[in-house]
Amino acid sequence: MTPTLSIRDLTVDIPTRRGTLRVVDGVSWDIAAGEILGVVGESGAGKSMTGAAVMGLLDRPAHVSGGTVALKGEALDPNDEDAMRGVRGRGIGMVFQDPLTSLDPLMTIGDQLTETIRRHLPVGQGEARERAVRALEEVGIPAAADRLDAWPHEFSGGMRQRVVIALALCAEPDLVIADEPTTALDVSVQAQITALLKRLCRERGTAVMLITHDMGVIAETADRVAVLYAGRLAEIGPVRDVLTDPKHPYTQGLMGATPAASAGKGRLWQIPGAMPRAGSLPDGCAFHPRCGKAQDVCRRDPRPEVGRAHPRAACWFPVGEGAEATA
Amino acid sequence: MFAYILRRILQSVLVLLAVGLVAFAMFRFVGDPIDSMLGQERTVEDIERLRERLGLNDPFPVQYFDFMARAVQGDFGISYRQARPVADIIAERLPATLELALISGVFAIALGIGLGIYTAINRRGVLANAIMSASLIGVSLPTFLIGILLIYVFGVQLRWLPTFGRGEVVDLGWWTTGLLTVSGLKSLILPAITLGLYQMTLIMRLVRSEMLEQLRADYVRFARARGLSERAIRLRHALKNTLVPVITVTGLQLGSIIAFAIITETVFQWPGVGLLFINAVQFVDIPVMAAYLMFISVMFVGINLVVDLLYVRVDPRLRAER
Amino acid sequence: MTDAPMLDVPPDAPVKPPSRWRRMVESDLWYAFRTSPVAIVAFAVSTLLILSAVFAPWVAPSNPFDPASLDLMNGFTPPMTPNDFTGATFPMGTDDQGRGVFSTILYGMRISLFVGFMAVAFAMVLGITLGLIAGWAGGVVDAVIMRVADIQLTFPSILVAMLIFGIAKGVIPVQNRDDMAIWVLIIAIGLSDWVQFARVVRGATMVESRKDYVSAARLAGRRGPSILFRHILPNVLSPVLVIATISLALAIIAEATLSFLGVGAPPTQPSLGTLIRIGQDYLFSGEWWILFFPAATLLMLALSVNLLGDWLRDALNPRLR
Repeated sequence: MTPTLSIRDLTVDIPTRRGTLRVVDGVSWDIAAGEILGVVGESGAGKSMTGAAVMGLLDRPAHVSGGTVALKGEALDPNDEDAMRGVRGRGIGMVFQDPLTSLDPLMTIGDQLTETIRRHLPVGQGEARERAVRALEEVGIPAAADRLDAWPHEFSGGMRQRVVIALALCAEPDLVIADEPTTALDVSVQAQITALLKRLCRERGTAVMLITHDMGVIAETADRVAVLYAGRLAEIGPVRDVLTDPKHPYTQGLMGATPAASAGKGRLWQIPGAMPRAGSLPDGCAFHPRCGKAQDVCRRDPRPEVGRAHPRAACWFPVGEGAEATA
Repeated sequence: MFAYILRRILQSVLVLLAVGLVAFAMFRFVGDPIDSMLGQERTVEDIERLRERLGLNDPFPVQYFDFMARAVQGDFGISYRQARPVADIIAERLPATLELALISGVFAIALGIGLGIYTAINRRGVLANAIMSASLIGVSLPTFLIGILLIYVFGVQLRWLPTFGRGEVVDLGWWTTGLLTVSGLKSLILPAITLGLYQMTLIMRLVRSEMLEQLRADYVRFARARGLSERAIRLRHALKNTLVPVITVTGLQLGSIIAFAIITETVFQWPGVGLLFINAVQFVDIPVMAAYLMFISVMFVGINLVVDLLYVRVDPRLRAER
Repeated sequence: MTDAPMLDVPPDAPVKPPSRWRRMVESDLWYAFRTSPVAIVAFAVSTLLILSAVFAPWVAPSNPFDPASLDLMNGFTPPMTPNDFTGATFPMGTDDQGRGVFSTILYGMRISLFVGFMAVAFAMVLGITLGLIAGWAGGVVDAVIMRVADIQLTFPSILVAMLIFGIAKGVIPVQNRDDMAIWVLIIAIGLSDWVQFARVVRGATMVESRKDYVSAARLAGRRGPSILFRHILPNVLSPVLVIATISLALAIIAEATLSFLGVGAPPTQPSLGTLIRIGQDYLFSGEWWILFFPAATLLMLALSVNLLGDWLRDALNPRLR
């Protein structure tokens, strides 16, 4: 079956006066209908850039400089603003981090919903309003019909994020990109919102690309997880496998730095050093300066890639594969 | 909401009382009123009688109260220079100034908002950048130089438009208008541009920077992600949010238009209250100065009040909180 | 994702940040200046104008206010053209009384700039003092000062200046009016422009006085005024500098406007605005140079100082608005 989203060797460049920065470097993955792919990594690893690239929402001068994006088998050109405008909302919905600033403060949520519905679906004002009420009911807004004429500021943060999700889903897109959808929310509300997102997508068979830095959210919500490091894919695989048996040393380090995963071991373990910035990447594997078991081959090009180096991880010496001794 | 409006009105009254105090102090202590009203030949009895009649022997608060009470009824005393009631002089001069201010205000707002949107949307465009550079010169250019330049080009060189006065006016009894005659309208063009240009530049620059800020806002990004058309995003979402702060500043600018009319009216010999005021300053005609101060503060306070109410009308967040 | 950083420095040691002046000079200001053509040109033009005004007695071909050097026969000579009667040539022509326009501009600019600088200095001292008092004292004092500022800010400063000028004219005896006109002008413009300074200084004072190093200085026994001047004032230097530059442009324009309206510099001490007022009378009769050169000078002066202020604001980027 054709995957809902298929990206191959996606590359995003930002030209600057001091040279071109490659912020997303050859990322590939598929997401099937109804599947949730978690995308994790540190800030600056290229998570949000990948999401914005697929959506065609990169801020100039950033642009997609290579690779392909296909939605349900049909190729998209993320740099084609006119074509992407038809895809956004209808083909791909998006949820942003901060629900407090995502909504236009001077328009009622009903108007924001109906304008989105009528933009994408051939329905009249009355029908659009009915759909808007249904959309709000589905995201769990109580007394949805009465709240249609409410202003964004009259909702709490969690409720606003529900409205944002309703807006992202109201034109029934095939894919939803959720960029840190719970980061700005109270901890008590976070679980509700991820559960809501998961339920809605399962019901409708919507594919989800869930961008987050929170391993807990990934563990609860995602089916598969992709780990990004310095704009490159470090590891990708089913959530349970990656979390319990990470193959890339960086993923292993990430697990060690997550409180839940290392509970009871005293101090959190920390990966030494910092992620290199785009434009100053070393040759070979980008992680080698911080890696305890780096060998000469790691410092040389070509760099390790998922599939070539290891089926799941971009590493010549995957964790627990016994290869260390031979090199 | 009601409490908020009440508080604003109360504040306005306080401002007016304070300005009234300044006006009264001018009236009472600057340039002895007795000196100005009696000639050289006067006796001590004359002075004493006049002091009594003018209430100058009463305690200060009583005099202030009397002054304000008379001011509220539109009695600002007699002009030293013209020897007529100040209220009458202002009343006959007022239509000229208000018509000028109205036309240039409309010009400034319409063009300012329009050009502001244009330059914000076409940020990198050649024309937009040319407009922005020109506006910087416009801000540095003193109003009176703009007026002289316009007079020179359109009055002296091209001879298209009149350069002084109001032209023919129609007397409606309580109001004289220049808006109903061809010569009146033609006379209005140059002064209105002169007066409005500076405010127009300010409004344009404000709209531009505010709009650029809004176009970077998260909700605009989210609106793009919802697939809305660029037109809808700009005009339905960004523009509306841009106008909220713009309303405040624009309101204040409209107030300044009436004050800046002093300069324009002088350049074009426009027979309004501004010209009256500048002549009063030159000849130290204190009652006229004091009355003008009161008049302009009533205008400012009134405009501010309207702006506040408009603000509440536009922004639902304020409606709920206050 | 990362651990909380360990604190190596004991948190109780108050660290006084380096003075803003030093940071300003050492940081990007000089670099920003070198790389901005607008700033360089604006600086060059304003410096040239200011210097030629300061050294007017040496630069100007003649002293236009010395009756001995005047010849009425030279009146209305066009620029760069020999006079019909005397054969004398003037770079910018002459006015009705035979004074060289170039010379009157240099002397007029002296007065414009003197009034501008003095008015800004006055506004600055007044504004900083009131701002410091309001920010430090708080309470009723603060409320009163800022309320007055608010009310004054409601009115355009040019109107306030006119009123002050009118009042002063009423108070000063007729025979002294011309002599004191320049000082009245300085006070009127200065008084109309102190609010900006006061606001910025008050805000900064309130923020700074809550910081650790001020509490530390207080605990160390320093008294209010000493803390204000040694610690807080250096911190507001850059925004004050920006406001002062922009205020200078505004003050020059305000002075010119007042003088143009006939409520400023007297004809015996003509500033650029007075010269334009005089020149306007000859616009219709074709002697354009009497008006044009003073107007162009005023424009160059105001524009270059304004651009410099604008650039300075962007370069230092204090949140002024």
